[in-house]
Amino acid sequence: MSTPQQIEVPSKLREEIEAHMALYPDSRSAALPALEAAQRVHGWCSPEAIEQTAAVMGVMPAYLAAVATFYDMLETEPVGKHSVYVCTNISCSLRGADALHRAVCDTAGEDPEFNVRSFECLGACDIAPMASVDGVFVGPLSLDDVPRLLDDVRAGRPVLPDKQLSTRKVADPNANTHDFPTHPAEGSTA
Amino acid sequence: MTQVLLFKDIDEPGLNTLDVYAKRGGYESARKALALTPEEVLAQLEASGLRGRGGAGFAMGKKVSFLPKGSIDKYLVCNADESEPGTFKDRELMQKSPHMLIEGIVIASYAAGANRSFIYIRGEYVHQADMLDAALAEAREAGYVGEDILGSGHSLSLVVHRGAGAYICGEETGLLDSLEGKRGNPRLKPPFPANQGLYQGPTLINNVETLATVPTIIRMGGEEYSKLGTDTSKGTKLVSVSGHVKRPGNYEIELGIPSREIIYGLAGGPEEGREVKCWFPGGSSSPVLEKDDLDLPYDFDSMAKAGSMLGSGAIIVVDDSTPILDVALKVAKFYRHESCGKCTPCREGTNWTVKMLERIDDGTATPMDIEIMASVQEHIIGNCLCVLGDAMAMPIGSLIAKFREEFEEHIEQARIRNGLGAAVVSPIPEPTHA
Repeated sequence: MSTPQQIEVPSKLREEIEAHMALYPDSRSAALPALEAAQRVHGWCSPEAIEQTAAVMGVMPAYLAAVATFYDMLETEPVGKHSVYVCTNISCSLRGADALHRAVCDTAGEDPEFNVRSFECLGACDIAPMASVDGVFVGPLSLDDVPRLLDDVRAGRPVLPDKQLSTRKVADPNANTHDFPTHPAEGSTA
Repeated sequence: MTQVLLFKDIDEPGLNTLDVYAKRGGYESARKALALTPEEVLAQLEASGLRGRGGAGFAMGKKVSFLPKGSIDKYLVCNADESEPGTFKDRELMQKSPHMLIEGIVIASYAAGANRSFIYIRGEYVHQADMLDAALAEAREAGYVGEDILGSGHSLSLVVHRGAGAYICGEETGLLDSLEGKRGNPRLKPPFPANQGLYQGPTLINNVETLATVPTIIRMGGEEYSKLGTDTSKGTKLVSVSGHVKRPGNYEIELGIPSREIIYGLAGGPEEGREVKCWFPGGSSSPVLEKDDLDLPYDFDSMAKAGSMLGSGAIIVVDDSTPILDVALKVAKFYRHESCGKCTPCREGTNWTVKMLERIDDGTATPMDIEIMASVQEHIIGNCLCVLGDAMAMPIGSLIAKFREEFEEHIEQARIRNGLGAAVVSPIPEPTHA
């Protein structure tokens, strides 16, 4: 086994992790942001990513591996580059999220570019059913939106610009009335 | 007419920037507070009667007062992990008015004597964390965060810390472990965070909405703020309404207005021809209420008296088109997924509840399973380090109690559908004696 000094870490990654470590009285607090940074470089929390992070932080790789398995957003297996988290929690499922999730899975098929997951409540029940596409919240989604959503990601365009949460107003009484989507009965709890 | 305090100007373009926020009176409260003594600020917070907006509803001023005095390292942590299903109010504040939160943190940290602060934001809120980071950079530049703020002698560092997807990190001690770079397992209490929290130091933990209300309290004065709401639930509250309503969204209400006014008046109620079957008054962890409870005042005590809770202020409406089993299964599966696994009643109880509900759905259950399931819920409550298990047991227990007939019906229907025949529902005959 190589010592931490012998492990090569991309210099940008090292700098980013060290910058996070400097923010806290105890540098261990940087574990999550550091793993997130390593995941961005390596695509997932691979043994290599964890070893590099551990070398910079001065902790054991096993410690970080244990941390990584606890959190949903840290991937412990190789995944597609683009994440599509479809919220299938209670409020979204009442508005057809399970059907939406199936449609996204079917349409993305075996495309290795995508990491499609059903996800716990993403905190955007006002645009239910919704998804987080590479961190961008979009909704309310109908089944017809699915091909366009995936095409936007493939083409590197902003995803469904007209359905992004960031443009939604709080105090707009009509914000959701235009699209009362899939009939609730369609969503099963499967 | 409800006073709009937190959502005033909320949709104004650029409110997220210091420029616009300051033009709307932003950081005036910080100026005012830092000119007072910390004790005077604390007195205002206590006078306001503000109760925590994260779920537990604990008096905020009292929480601040629990921190020991003296010049030890003290911490303030803002809980922005908002993961309770149905809750999305903090997201709105952080995205659109991040400076309001930062200003609240500056004032609260002054009252508590804390010099280091953190905002623990859930990792899924990428855009909101970016907005906070940008606002924080502006606030630092303008001298609202950093050394000797506005010449008051009070110094404060603030770090936006992003989580990585774990519901349990919204539980305050799980959050602290996560913030220390560990798995987010809850800690045994006591000691409470006010005495031994982050890095073993005294720590004040408050929800986003609670802290964002602080500038308003300082501006209005605690006494004046306490005139809003009811006797025991002061002020206004952000309510997230979702599920089967025409206009899901965030609404600011004065505590104590009838629940019907929120669900029907503001959110439009269920679609035409549908009725409210049940509703969660405070996120998916709260015991459900029924149609008959719609006229209850929406405040902490009325909800508690009705056997439920105000929680995070997330109302989830379920209409009469939805089988109650679907609701129960969704809720139970969520808590099974999110249980950290540390305490047996929660780890096993959530798992077995899901299995029993699935049995009901696939037609292999008998009515006796309902009894067993109800008893599992009772054995979870109060028997774990944190309330995650309770958070499943309370709504599931209430669903069983209130919709028992529907569960029984579901069992029979599913059995017949699967060709298993009706379960024996008649009681065992009493032995006859000569």
